[in-house]
Amino acid sequence: MPSYETIFAELYEALQPFAKEGQVLNEDTQLVADLGLDSVQVMELLLQIEDRFDISIPLNILPEVRTINDLALQLHTMTT
Amino acid sequence: MTILDKFQTLANAKADLVGGGVNPFRVVTERIISATEGIVNGRRTILAGTNNYLGLTFDPQCIQAARDAVQEQGTGTTGSRMANGTYACHQALEQDLAEFYGDGCSAIVFSTGYLANLGILSTVAGQGDVILLDADCHASIYDGCRMSDADMIRFRHNDVNDLEKRLRRLGDRASRTLILVEGIYSMLGDRAPLADIASVKQRYGAYLLVDEAHSLGVLGQRGRGLVEEVRVEDKVDFIVGTFSKSLGGIGGFCVSRQPELEIIRYAIRPYVFTASPSPSVIASTRIALQILSERSELRDQLWNNAHHLYHGLQAQGFLLGPEPSPVVAVILENKEQLLLSWNSLLEHGVYVNLVLPPGAPNGACLLRCSVSAAHTYDQIEAILAAFSSVREAVLA
Repeated sequence: MPSYETIFAELYEALQPFAKEGQVLNEDTQLVADLGLDSVQVMELLLQIEDRFDISIPLNILPEVRTINDLALQLHTMTT
Repeated sequence: MTILDKFQTLANAKADLVGGGVNPFRVVTERIISATEGIVNGRRTILAGTNNYLGLTFDPQCIQAARDAVQEQGTGTTGSRMANGTYACHQALEQDLAEFYGDGCSAIVFSTGYLANLGILSTVAGQGDVILLDADCHASIYDGCRMSDADMIRFRHNDVNDLEKRLRRLGDRASRTLILVEGIYSMLGDRAPLADIASVKQRYGAYLLVDEAHSLGVLGQRGRGLVEEVRVEDKVDFIVGTFSKSLGGIGGFCVSRQPELEIIRYAIRPYVFTASPSPSVIASTRIALQILSERSELRDQLWNNAHHLYHGLQAQGFLLGPEPSPVVAVILENKEQLLLSWNSLLEHGVYVNLVLPPGAPNGACLLRCSVSAAHTYDQIEAILAAFSSVREAVLA
């Protein structure tokens, strides 16, 4: 069961390529509004995370996910 | 902030497109001449993006049947199948479909193919169930899944190992899982590795639904689709299809050997709460289904045309979908190239589908062609000549 710290570290690493120059990622960074992820990129991100944690993420969670913290909470629940 | 403000993003995107000098929203078929030709924006145009795989929209027998039905039964049913909208013709078509797919099958007819997916998926999969869908599935499948209360999980496109990995992760829930794939995928024209998927499904005790929208009439000796082609009829639980492609009408269906299908019918909201298809549409579809199953030469002609176009474009150096099929996807590098090429094809008298991101897998930019058995050799050559001109003028 990965810790919150591990989950955040993985998410920051996966999302860093989307950060604008000088933008620092934090728990409140919004995936769409701040990082500009489109639907295709969100799907790619999920695949990457699924492989990393050996889980399957239902798409049903997406409406509840706005920030990195929202996603981390969902992942923590799924991996517990 | 109003409830309408959110549409500004879409309005901006449309303005950007049109501002670039190409307006894909103004395409109007002013007159349809045949299954493969029309007058589009004032120009005689070869239609190479209609999904009219067998070219049956102008079949004289289909037209006559529709004409007779509209004369005898009127223009519409004005009601749901559950109320006044079940005519003898609807039941007859369900019987035809059941017989077409073989012993033990029953069928439900829907008003469109989109509604067939919406209806079956939102009803069959419920709370506590799981849907495992191929990432490249059609929007109607995604929408149907969203309407269900099931957990909706994607697997990598055509990746049987990824599917199996996800079934393994589900443990006991695998037996409450519905796997969704398509016979031929609508955007890139590739087919599902269905024999392998069916084996995995059997091993884990899951259920399997195949959407044959683009493979009905296209694959299989009698045109029953990929399920027939790879002989997995006994392992597939549900087949969904449409009347609006190879059958040249409009409507959809689900066929199953599961005896529960008949009772499921009464729980399907997109079946219960919409008007049934017009008798004329049902009449032409019944004849088209007969033609589809009996005239295998149409399938042969379709595949000749598909290979002709695919290999011709390949020889010109275009990047294409992974295998020859009646859906021929030309993959371009960016949106600007795509818009200019699509517009140039129209100016050369060839209509194909413009597919902008995120409409295609992985955000690809596609000129999506679909081939018909009704295309002549000369028409395929004309399509190839238009692509060649576009390549020189726009893509050089």
